Amino acid sequence: MLSTFLSQVVNGLILGSLIGLIALGYTMVYGIIQLINFAHGEIFMVGSYGGLAMFTYLLPTAIQNQWWFALPLLLVAGAAIAVIVAVLMERFAYRPLRNAPRLAPLITALGVSVALQEAVRVFYPNATAAVPFPKVFVEGTLAIPMGDGIVPIRYTGMLIIVVSLVLAFALNAFVNGSRMGRAMRATSQDRDVARLMGIDPDRVIVLTFVLGAALAGVAGILYGADLGLININIGLQNGLFAFTAAVLGGIGNIKGAVAGGLVIGLVKTLGGQYLPGGTPYDYVWIFVVLIAVLVFRPQGFFGETERVRA
Amino acid sequence: MSRRRAVVTAAILAGALVLSACGTNREEGGGAAAGACDTSKGTLVVGLVAPLSGPLSALGLGMQNSADLAVDQANQNCTVPGYALRLQAEDDQSMPAIAANAATRLASDPNVVGVVGTLNSSTAQTVQPILQQRGIVQVSPANTNPTLTQGEAYETAPARPFENYFRVATTDAVQGPFGAQYLVTTAGKKSIAVIDDGKTYGAGLAAAFAAEAERLGATIVAREKVGENDTDFSGVVTTIRALNPDAVYYGGEYPAAGPLSAQILAGGLDIPVMGGDALINAEYVPLGGRVGDLGTSVGAPAEDLESAKQFIADYAAANYVEGYETYGALTYDSANIIINSLVTALGDGDWSEDTRAAVVSAVQATDFEGAAGPVTFDEFGDTTNKLLTVYTVEGDAFVPLETGTFEG
Repeated sequence: MLSTFLSQVVNGLILGSLIGLIALGYTMVYGIIQLINFAHGEIFMVGSYGGLAMFTYLLPTAIQNQWWFALPLLLVAGAAIAVIVAVLMERFAYRPLRNAPRLAPLITALGVSVALQEAVRVFYPNATAAVPFPKVFVEGTLAIPMGDGIVPIRYTGMLIIVVSLVLAFALNAFVNGSRMGRAMRATSQDRDVARLMGIDPDRVIVLTFVLGAALAGVAGILYGADLGLININIGLQNGLFAFTAAVLGGIGNIKGAVAGGLVIGLVKTLGGQYLPGGTPYDYVWIFVVLIAVLVFRPQGFFGETERVRA
Repeated sequence: MSRRRAVVTAAILAGALVLSACGTNREEGGGAAAGACDTSKGTLVVGLVAPLSGPLSALGLGMQNSADLAVDQANQNCTVPGYALRLQAEDDQSMPAIAANAATRLASDPNVVGVVGTLNSSTAQTVQPILQQRGIVQVSPANTNPTLTQGEAYETAPARPFENYFRVATTDAVQGPFGAQYLVTTAGKKSIAVIDDGKTYGAGLAAAFAAEAERLGATIVAREKVGENDTDFSGVVTTIRALNPDAVYYGGEYPAAGPLSAQILAGGLDIPVMGGDALINAEYVPLGGRVGDLGTSVGAPAEDLESAKQFIADYAAANYVEGYETYGALTYDSANIIINSLVTALGDGDWSEDTRAAVVSAVQATDFEGAAGPVTFDEFGDTTNKLLTVYTVEGDAFVPLETGTFEG
């Protein structure tokens, strides 16, 4: 049925653009220092909880009910907290291991991931259970009549798609057009030569973490606003999707991260609808696609074959 | 010489401190009654295994407090002659593996007289064999999966797997059909989508519901599964929307059921969600549950029971931070059944691990007027009390709709 198909496409695009937004952080950090930052999913989760804490404990009640005011504040707060955590993480967990073998920071990332999740579980009030997230956007659904039924689109879902795409384009423009962006690209090509050209690699690396974390923090707020609740598992779950999206798109590539996210969203919802086994198997199809891509195009959709550095 | 004097002084000081500490303890412990109890034979332990953290902690903490209340009262009333009781609450985080660790910790203590819990049927499955090895009686206020008492083939050849296991909650073999009778016969829903979370409790409940609903003439248009940690159900919602059901039955727990209900509406389906006792929770509506959603629960709402008035008053007087939630009265009863059986089993004798067998037989012989109603156990360890209640969401909480006794 057409309406069912289109509904699942809409669901897939909503989930996919959110995943893409998180995947940008994975892909940028990998592009600069070849680190798979497994704690990035937890940055997303911490942004979500941090924004919620700001909302609950700092915003006056009068403002809480006015979404046009509360939502931007919440987005800024979520991004800010994600950035703070990411900068601390970079400074204390990754920078000391900058010249260590590549496996060391990877394992540290896993450790940071568990630590962040446990910290929220232990210290956030009631975080041992799912926490309701405030409605900070227009509630409701736009129902588009479609021959044999309707295609419902949540307003919060539209918000996710629009914000994600705008931010992804902005990031692309920043990296390709600005001075700092040029410094990032230079550092990713060769850190030592970049240093000789007067670029401070440490600053560039911190900037990369800041940008990725800000996007993840925004994603965390959008996720909570869309689904009405958050729990401490969302970082692991969506982080894994986002990591997969970054690999699918060609890790290190900004367009690829967004495309990979959209592919994952669509595979999850359409696979759950039309492939044998139904929704219980939707995760399976995502990783079937990942394996297929890695077999036939190991560098991902947009990735370049890795050069061996002299 | 001066060193010796220092040691003596320290000893005297320490002794004085210990004495004064005892004194204050006695006073704080509930006045004259507690102080007057003879506890010369030591302290015995009532165990509790429940989710004190994790998604279901609201229910688990209510259970912990209710059991604590029962133990406190026993201590104040000198219920167990010669012994003081202590509640040892272990967290299972709703996870079978962690529940097994908790049960092992309790089983290794020779002073454990019985264990209250668990909340989840899946955690009970790992706890049962561990407690059985040590002959420790287990009374669950909340497990509803029928296989726990009647074995895998409970429909055709029921056989009791664990003679030390009892429960005061009636089973899903009763609760599922009870919900089906309400939804199909009373509410007139003829086309129903059934979703579950694949866990022991949810899948069993959904299966029992679906069988009875079909027998009553309803059509089950879809059987779907979701993950218990999922938060995004838009895929499932779109799938079932195409089949145009007029109700959804969800076998699972409130952390997933609340958002599922919200997303069913957001997905363009304005139909009620019904579920079992794991939905009846104060967090259900904040997480997305809607007005008109339904749930069944074992027993009758404590607020409506004459027998629970005293329990509610005592619970309020004890000033616990958390509410007693769905299983408070049943947990209080479970703990009291264990304590009363301990008294019977002890008689005038002293506690030893051999007494545990006598505790199990005393529990089996229970004839108890509890806060949640009368309790006797059948040959499987199930309660003979088949009282259930249908609840619906009004405003932002579940309110009881009708209470009834299930009849085949």
